[in-house]
Amino acid sequence: MHNVIRKTDADLLLTPNFSDYEGGRRHFSWEDERQRLAGLPGGGLNIAFEAVERHASGALRDKTAFRFLGRDVPAQDVSWGELSRQTSRFANVLRRLGVGKGERLFVLAGRIPELYVAVLGSLKNGTVVSPLFSAFGPEPIATRVNLGAGRVLVTTESLYLKKVSRWRDKMPTLEHVLLVADEAGSTTAVSGTLDLASLMALEPDDFELEATGPEDMSLLHFTSGTTGTPKGAVHVHGAVLTHHATGRFALDLHREDTYWCTADPGWVTGTSYGIIAPLLHGVTSIIDREEFDAERWYGILEQEMVSVWYTAPTAIRMLMKAGAELARRHRFPRLRFVASVGEPLNPEAVWWGKEVLGLPIHDNWWQTETGGIMIANTPAFDIKPGSMGRPLPGVEAAIVERQEDGSVKLVDTAGKEGELALKAGWPSMFRGYLHNEERYRKCFADGWYLTGDLATRDEDGYFWFVGRSDDVIKSAGHLIGPFEVESVLMEHPAVAEAGVIGKPDPMVGEVVKAFVSLKLGFEPGEPLRLELLGHARKRLGAAVAPKEIDFLPTLPRTRSGKIMRRLLKARELGLPEGDTSTLEGGA
Amino acid sequence: MNESELKTVLLATLCSIAPEVEPEELRQDRPLRNQVDLDSMDWLNFLIGLHDKLKVDIPESDYARLVTLNDLIAYLGAKLPP
Repeated sequence: MHNVIRKTDADLLLTPNFSDYEGGRRHFSWEDERQRLAGLPGGGLNIAFEAVERHASGALRDKTAFRFLGRDVPAQDVSWGELSRQTSRFANVLRRLGVGKGERLFVLAGRIPELYVAVLGSLKNGTVVSPLFSAFGPEPIATRVNLGAGRVLVTTESLYLKKVSRWRDKMPTLEHVLLVADEAGSTTAVSGTLDLASLMALEPDDFELEATGPEDMSLLHFTSGTTGTPKGAVHVHGAVLTHHATGRFALDLHREDTYWCTADPGWVTGTSYGIIAPLLHGVTSIIDREEFDAERWYGILEQEMVSVWYTAPTAIRMLMKAGAELARRHRFPRLRFVASVGEPLNPEAVWWGKEVLGLPIHDNWWQTETGGIMIANTPAFDIKPGSMGRPLPGVEAAIVERQEDGSVKLVDTAGKEGELALKAGWPSMFRGYLHNEERYRKCFADGWYLTGDLATRDEDGYFWFVGRSDDVIKSAGHLIGPFEVESVLMEHPAVAEAGVIGKPDPMVGEVVKAFVSLKLGFEPGEPLRLELLGHARKRLGAAVAPKEIDFLPTLPRTRSGKIMRRLLKARELGLPEGDTSTLEGGA
Repeated sequence: MNESELKTVLLATLCSIAPEVEPEELRQDRPLRNQVDLDSMDWLNFLIGLHDKLKVDIPESDYARLVTLNDLIAYLGAKLPP
């Protein structure tokens, strides 16, 4: 199915922002992109100023910025003017609490208006925002708050009671918890917390923005590695240049669009493209508070007349599973561009889009560390289904091989596998892993950022994802570190050792599968399996916990004692075991 | 199968996917996914599990109205032989 989807002018409802590949890249400069932004009145750069204030004081003041949808609540439209006032109130709350520039605020909530206000209000105050996925359990939450030295947490009453309050003493840096009531209009009264709505009501709705510069820290996104704790990828306000450029090139946003990004702001896509990019471009965004439901999603695309849709492979495959019949009950005449990110989109899904939605789906590639879309299929250019597309303007990508001496060698041969690398220096490149300078340095060689993704480039310059160079698991578009899961399993009294792998799954890419061996005196069996599953889910949350747990007498280890996840995976898949020369005897 | 037997099957299926659930704490009239931490895959597995146990077809187009335990009991009850 590796043929090409050819594009003609008839496929385009609007002239794309990016229609000459070579010329567009040649003439692009980040300095020019900076000129498309306003900048702070006294100099400097601030993401929230570009996203909110610039439009709130201009022609877009009364235009809908966000339209919030929910099952049991009426749709709620928030204009740029209203967003400016609300975010100012929030920023004033922070200032009154003595929370300032560079300090860290965490958000843990579903897709409710208050979350968006908190993120943008913090950025106005120069306070660094770290979004947490609301499906995280107490363990991943506490780990991240502690790594980020979070001083403020914004969450809902029910999430706080369920996932934070009993673990509060494990988060010593956390001074203020600002609660959103579960029932609209009511006031929370939970000891050790403050009611956010009450605080905001006392504050004025204007705010003088903190003077942030392009290198000041803006967002802290946690991602997972193979070993050790999650890594806090540090982003800066200057990243707004990439958000702006990719909004133009990769998402082809036009002022008249209605845009729907289905990603949760707990993950980087939901922040960069669910909050920032559409606001920068003055484009109305749809935000649905509910979980995936095929019928509901088709209904939203139709009724809200979505024109640009940014979603994920897992969701697309679930729509495919729901059948074309369901889709055909709906019409999408305004839909003009569909993009996907999270994991490689299989060619069948690209074609499915063309047949069922009337538009092929455009895969693109980036990661938490890159801060924005780097490689993409875009409206004007042919698609090779299964490929992530080509580098955007301002991005130089290559396939490289790491050398023994720490340098890298460029791979020029088309189709030859190597590590995907990006020329360092684009504005949204992460500026560090918090408190882990060494790990950060290891990501770079000879001026290239090494992504950890294995890929090939074909003769036309299209990049193709092959796999990860490490053991990180990619499930439903989210990276999960096996170590974080193994650690929690090991805390159970029955578990002697645990090894966690990503097991390929047609729907979500990979599911988290755990292998455990038991301590003496514990019997493998269904009751213990369920107990371990419950233990892991309670601590990690459904998004991170294993979906499958198997018992093994012992786990294969290297002679140095490391669990060989690669071997567990090969055995699970019935694949050749590869090089087992480092395997410890007897396993 | 009466309502109480049906509820037992529902809860057993739910607990096989999310063993951390305390059935007595669930409110039957509230959205299930607001009370139990279920991701999309868990939810799908839950509905597939019900299909396997009860031999009742649950077409995808009906998923949207299966929100609370009460919804599920009414929907499945109507499809099962009395």
